[in-house]
This record gives sequence, structure tokens and C-alpha cells, in this order.
Amino acid sequence: MFAFLVRRLGQAILVMLVISILSFSIQDELGDPLRELVGQSVSEEIRNQLRDELGLNDPFLVQYWRFLKNAVQGDLGTSYFFKRPALDVILDKLPATIDLVVAATFWIILFSVPAGMFAAIRPNHWLSKLCMGLSILGISIPVFLTAIFLIQIFAVNLGWFPAYGRGDTVVLFGGWETSLLSLDGLSHLLLPSVSLASVILPLFVRIIRSEMMEVLETEYVKFAWAKGLSKYRIWTVHAFKNTLLPVITVGGVQLGIMVAYTILTETVFQWPGMGFMFLEAINRVDTPLIVAYLIVVGLIFVITNTVVDIIYGLVNPMVKLTGR
Amino acid sequence: MTLLNIENLEVTFPLRSGSVTAIRDVSFTVDQGERIGIVGESGAGKSVSAFAILNLISKPGYISGGRIEFDGTLLSELDESTMQQIRGNRISMIFQDPMMTLNPVLSIGTQMEESILAHRKISRAEARNIAVDKLRAVQIPSAQKRLKQYPHELSGGMRQRVVIAIALLTDPQLIIADEPTTALDVTIQAEILELLQNLCNEFNVGLILITHDLGVVSQVTQKIIVMYAGAIIEQGDTENIVTRPKHHYTRGLLKALPENTTPGEKLNQINGVMPTLQDIPHGCLFHNRCDMVKDVCRKVQPNLQGIASHSVACHFPISYEE
Amino acid sequence: MTEQVLLVRRNIWHRVQNSAMYYSFVHNRTAMVSAAIVFTYVLLAVLAPLIAPYNPWDLTQFDIMDSEIPPIGSVEADSRFMLGTDAMGRDMLSAMLYGTGISILIGVFATCLQLVLGVSIGLIAGYFGGRLDSFLMRVADIQLSFTTLMVAIVVLALFQATVGLRLYEEFAIVAIVLVIGLAEWPQYARTVRACVLAAKKQEYVDAARVIGLHPFTIIYRHILPNTFSPLLVISTVQVANAIITEASLSFLGLGMPVTKPSLGSLIQNGFHYVFSGSWWITTLPAITLVILIVAINLLGDWLRDVLNPKIYN
Repeated sequence: MFAFLVRRLGQAILVMLVISILSFSIQDELGDPLRELVGQSVSEEIRNQLRDELGLNDPFLVQYWRFLKNAVQGDLGTSYFFKRPALDVILDKLPATIDLVVAATFWIILFSVPAGMFAAIRPNHWLSKLCMGLSILGISIPVFLTAIFLIQIFAVNLGWFPAYGRGDTVVLFGGWETSLLSLDGLSHLLLPSVSLASVILPLFVRIIRSEMMEVLETEYVKFAWAKGLSKYRIWTVHAFKNTLLPVITVGGVQLGIMVAYTILTETVFQWPGMGFMFLEAINRVDTPLIVAYLIVVGLIFVITNTVVDIIYGLVNPMVKLTGR
Repeated sequence: MTLLNIENLEVTFPLRSGSVTAIRDVSFTVDQGERIGIVGESGAGKSVSAFAILNLISKPGYISGGRIEFDGTLLSELDESTMQQIRGNRISMIFQDPMMTLNPVLSIGTQMEESILAHRKISRAEARNIAVDKLRAVQIPSAQKRLKQYPHELSGGMRQRVVIAIALLTDPQLIIADEPTTALDVTIQAEILELLQNLCNEFNVGLILITHDLGVVSQVTQKIIVMYAGAIIEQGDTENIVTRPKHHYTRGLLKALPENTTPGEKLNQINGVMPTLQDIPHGCLFHNRCDMVKDVCRKVQPNLQGIASHSVACHFPISYEE
Repeated sequence: MTEQVLLVRRNIWHRVQNSAMYYSFVHNRTAMVSAAIVFTYVLLAVLAPLIAPYNPWDLTQFDIMDSEIPPIGSVEADSRFMLGTDAMGRDMLSAMLYGTGISILIGVFATCLQLVLGVSIGLIAGYFGGRLDSFLMRVADIQLSFTTLMVAIVVLALFQATVGLRLYEEFAIVAIVLVIGLAEWPQYARTVRACVLAAKKQEYVDAARVIGLHPFTIIYRHILPNTFSPLLVISTVQVANAIITEASLSFLGLGMPVTKPSLGSLIQNGFHYVFSGSWWITTLPAITLVILIVAINLLGDWLRDVLNPKIYN
């Protein structure tokens, strides 16, 4: 386990380094921090002096090293717009995005597992065909369109759920605010989370179905039938556990994609999360915030991938986490 | 006493281009504790016959005729849940490739215990004890430790021993072994066959051994059935079949065995290939490959004729001077 | 001479007719309908300049007095504008015909770019192996962890901020094709690499190497043909994905400008009017887009079922 974690950590650091270099070059390219600091009215001479003081005339690598040193200490620069540390701004918005992702993941697992398994076991049943048809539709409708349709139908026409905002939140320990624990929060969360799930859910249904169909044709499943096991045991233990392996791998990547899609859903629903903030930061050319967002999202990817790898190792006995 | 009685079994696969009959008019019996072998090329219908017994033919195939009687019960008329109580309980199966038959993500112990618990109302601990007993019976060293291991940690021969142990768990009356040694090294093949033979003897278990290798069956079984293009063309006591084959196909198979050839000489082979199930020829199934073919062979299909200890489906069977 | 050509043609047609793919195609209603829809879309898009009643790119043709006219069937409909007009008084039908063309163009070109890049990298990684291979595959991992959408948003925003809005509008289509094309190569590369590795184990490739064929000949003659079916399946889906990505970017204001709108920008353009009652400005292009994507995806599904290739994500 230890050796595995060390190796994984090494990879993670490498990925984060690449991400930080890329993000930093963006900061270097985009926008002039000086203009944001002092405005247009200062003479060129003073500007140059300020540049020197701020180290903006130093070579790229020196600047990058400074940036990296600060980043490791949690200082990702100060947002031009909010006039606050960029990391603080993001951490304020993070809980809202996590609520959204958690709720969407909940829908995905709740529906994709039974639907995918059923469609694999009874491929010719009308319900399976309906599932597959809906999944094609789900994949084909862009997230923002799903979001618009959901608002139009359930918020505007029917008025069942609110169209915008986050609603009441409950503060947990450490100041973490969540919508998941209040009824009003949940009703605000429903439409955004459903539309976020609408892209990934069909993919999961299809992956689970095709993998499970493949597994059902294997010799070990035939052997399980010959052993006289009940069909439920064969489906849930013998077939599903093997189906899970590729699903976990693909699922890890999909989780990352979901974070990207929060930008779209949060924008449509004006959900006060990181994605919405990121788009605003882009429109305002708030470079430190953009860079901080990319780094935080990169970190989220690396963490989820590591967790996914660990789960994969726990399910698959052929991967040795123990490092015997 | 007759344990298994199959009469006029027929299995059909409905395909897009019309339905195909995989086996036709297959009849044979297995007595308690008797070991019989079914021999034939791939596609001859031997595996389909075996899987039909447990109603495990892969879809869309189905039993389209005949009856299967096991220990007084008509298997062909059982519903799925009663059938499930017979599978792996009173009739066990051993599959071809031990690398593929064990589930890679479940421990050996789990795969053995579930097999017992599906058929006996006993505790997990008791099931585990039985599992260890059977692992010892198939001569697996440190049996207790194996339960925690996963299939990939064992060698091919070891895995096939585990599969045999699983087949023995519920003390079945009949074991169907589908090419149990084909995927193994030659050196291990003999060990596994001997083990299988001894175990069947010891526990008085009937055995149906399916193989394409006449050499293999002749060592283990008391009776041999030769299948060709979905039908039985010759059957009888092993002694009779091996030393006095009556069908030209069977003789060809025996001649093709490497041990029947003088070293340095070319291996004998039967010309041509077995007809596919879509274009089964009129008359004798074998006529287009037979050296002795006559006009009647092309027109009339010969029936299986003879006595229980040796019968053949041929218009001109090979005769032997006593 | 002509007879020979005819004979060859007939032979090819004969081979097509006898192939399993053709059989499956004519026996699969979904596949035929989807193919017909995609074909119609392409045809309409190509013929747009001829059949569109107005030129939606010519701002001088719009009259603000014609703005937000509903499509025919409504009371206030105007027979000049079959599918109504948007807030600028632009004919929706013409805009959608042109927009479909832009969307398909972006989808096809971006996919071609992905294909060329991914196949080259996959071939190199798979054929030469070793350190180069593990390096390229690590790069693919990192590339995958940056989702295309996010990469595209950042890059296009950067581009927009550096060149200014006016220049951006001019080069948007190139920028979008480049971004989507460059960001999605890993799936191609991994699949091709796996095909190469599988082919390298085959004896005919060994044989080709033994008789001293040049590596490129081996790749071209013996390995590339094996990658055909997975590449076809991936490409179909990727065209649909590229069109969706472009629409999403347009929705965020980073795609095609309203002056030269794609289906996505038309949807974005009408988004603000949805709740005020002018539903058609968003809904019509949205339905057009969804039907196109569904048809392409169904076609991709059918191809996947028929060719059943191994695809690596």
C-alpha cells in the first residue's frame, strides 16, 4: 500500500507541475498585473520601476519558481476583481460545486447501475430498448440545452422547482456550507444536478451494459451457471464485480469531465460555484483567479484519480496494493 | 443401474439464415459409476450434447426433440429452478480452460463455498471444511491456505484441480468434463486424467468425458461414443472401438494418432473436412471423405445398428476375422 | 476501356452489396433513417447559399422592424419568414441553414485534425515503443485530465483577450477547429497504439520485417488497415462530440460569433428571449442540432455493433 501511494504521489506531483507551468504561462501571457494595480495614469518610468520591484522583469524560470514557492504555501495570487486571495475566493465557491457534483453522482449511480445491468441481462426487453434510446438522446443533447429545457418545463411552466440560485444552506463544521441538508437547498439542487447528470449518466449506462454483456459471455459465468448458483448471485456477484473494473477506470475520467461541465450547468442556473466563478473570471480577465481555478481543478483530478486507482486495486485482486 | 438415459436428443439453433440442427437423434446411456467418452472434431456436436443435459445450451439454441432422463427424473421437462437444484449438485461440470473458468475477482474459497451453499443448508464454516476436504482429495498441497488465494495466483494445472474439486463438492452422481485437459501441458494432462479417473472410481461417480482426442478417452473410459456432424456414428465398449473400429471415420481417427505411427513416417490423416451444419449431405454424413464410398452411401443415411457393446452407422462397416 | 471501368465499378458495387455491413445496413431501419437524416443535413448545408431565402451573414439585409416574428402557424406570422426571425430581424430559416453548415464544418474538420494527430502519435508510440511510447502515453494521460471543454474555454478566452473581439470573430472558426482538434487526440492514439501492439505480435508482421520491408511500408500495408474499423467508429462519435463542444463554447460566448452563427450561437442568441415568449429563436436551432447529433450517434452505434472494434478510452 505504501509503495503504491508513493508511486502514485510521484505521478501526481509530476502532473501538478505540468499544470502549474501551463497555468503560470497563462498568467504570464494574459493581462498586465500592473494595469490592474495602478491603472493607466502612471508614467512609463514608474511602471518600469514597479515592474522591477514586483519582479516582473525577471526571467521566466525565476518568476515561475517564485510562483511555485508561493503556490505550495497556498498563495495563488490575489484576485483583481475580488481584491482577495484567489484561493480564498475559490474555497468559498467550492462547497456549492461539490454539492452539485455529489448530487449528480448520486443520480448517476442510482440509475446507471440497475439500468445498465438490466439492459445487459435482457437486451431485447422493451425497457432495455427504452433505456438505450434515452441514453442516445441524453448523450446527444448538450448539457446547457438540457438545463434550459428543465428550467422551461419545471421552473417556468410547472413552477415545481426554483430556476436560479442555491437556496438555504446548512453550515457544517468548519464553516462548510451545504445545500444537501435543507429541503429548500435540495429543491434548488434538483434541476442543476439532474442536468449535470444527464451527460454522464447515459455514458455510464452504456459502459455498464456493454461490459456486463461481455462478462455474461465469459466461461466463468457459464461455469457459475453450471454450478447451479441462483441467477441473482451470478448477476450481482460474478458478473457485476467484473463489470465494475473497467467501469471504475472510465468513471474516474468521467468525474473529471463532470467538473468541466459544472461550468455550463452553473452558468445556466446561476449556481454560485467554482464553474460560474471561472466563467466570470474569464470575462473579467481576472488572471490570478483563472490560474488558481485551473490548479485547484487539477488537484481535484489528481485526487480523484488516486482514489479511483485505490478503489480499483481493492476490487481487482490482480493489482497488489500491499506490495508484498 | 442406468443413471442417465438420453433418447433421440435434438438441439436446434434458429439463425437469421434459417435454423440449424446442431445434433440429431442422439441416444446413449450412462450407468451409475460408469465412465463414457464422447469423441469428435470441433463442431461435431459433442459439447452441445453435454450442455443440453443441464439445459445450458447457449442462446438462441434450444432442445427441439427427445428426452433426457436422469435418475428417474425427466430433465427435459423440469422448470428452471428445479433444474438449478440439479446443476452443480447432482450433475457437475468441468470446463475446458481452467484459466477462464474461475472468476478472477473472487477468491478460491468464495467460489467453492458458494457452490456448496447453493445446494446445502449448512453454515459457512462447515462449507469451508468440505472445501478443504475436496482440495485435499484433488491433491492440492496446503489446502487451507488456497481458500484465501485468487485464481491468478495458481498455475493452470492447479486451477484445473480446483475446478475438479468444485465439481466434487456436493458429491454428484455424474460429472460432465468438457475437454478438461486440452488447455493444459502434456505432462499435466496425464496427471489430471488419472486423478479424474481415480476420483470417479473412489466416489462411484459417473463421468462423461468429452474430447477430440481418442487417445485420451481410451485411457479413462469404459465406453466410447464417436460423433460426426451432429450425429452418433459409432459407439461401444472402449476395447471394441479402439481395437476393432467398424466405421471408416473411427479407423481414420485411430490411424491419425501419433502413437499408432512408426517414428519417421508421415502421420495418417483423413482427407477433407467435416461438413458444416448448414450443408449436411444426403445419405451417409461421411460419404464425401470415405475411401469405401458406394452409390448407396450417397443416397441412404445408414442407421446405428448392432448391439449395446458395439454399434455403427455404416452401410459397409469394417469387418474383422475372428 | 469504358467497359473495363464499368466492370470495375460493378465489381466494387458487387463487393459492397455482398458485404456484411451492407446487409446489416439495409436490414436496420434505424441505421437507414439516421444515414438519410445526416445526408439531408449535409446536402442542405452545402446548398444553403442557393436555397436560403436570405443571406444571414449580410447585416444590411436585416430590418429591425422584422424582429421577433414567430414562425408560420402563429397569428403574427409573416409569410416572408417561414421559421420567423430573431431579435435582429434575421430570417431563422436562412440562419439555420448556414449555421448547420458551420456546425458540420467544425465537426468534420476538428475530427480530421484529431484523426491525423492521434493516428500519427499512436503509430509512433506503438511501433517504436520503449521510452518514446511511455512518454507519449503519459502525455495522453495528462491531456485527458484536462477536459477538452475546459482547455477550449481557457485557450479561446486567452485568444479572445489577446487579439480582441473583432479579429476573433474573423478567425473564430479556425481557432475552434484547432482547439477541439488538438485536445481530443488521446482516444485515437490509444486505440491505434493498441492495434499496432496487437499487430506486432502477428507473424505476418514479423515476416514482413524479416524480408526487410521498410517500417513505413509495414505500417502502411499491414498495420493501418487493421485500425480502420475502430477509427471509423470513433470518428463518427467524435464529429458529434465536436459539434456539441462547439455549441457549448458558443453558449458560453466563446464559439462562433452572432454575425456568422453556428447552431450553437443561434441557440445562445435566443436564450435571453426564451422566457419572454420568443421560444422559436432558441428552440428551432436546438431541435435542429439535437436531431443531427442523435442521427450521427445512432449511426455510430450501428457501426459499433456491426464492426465491433476494441476501443480504448
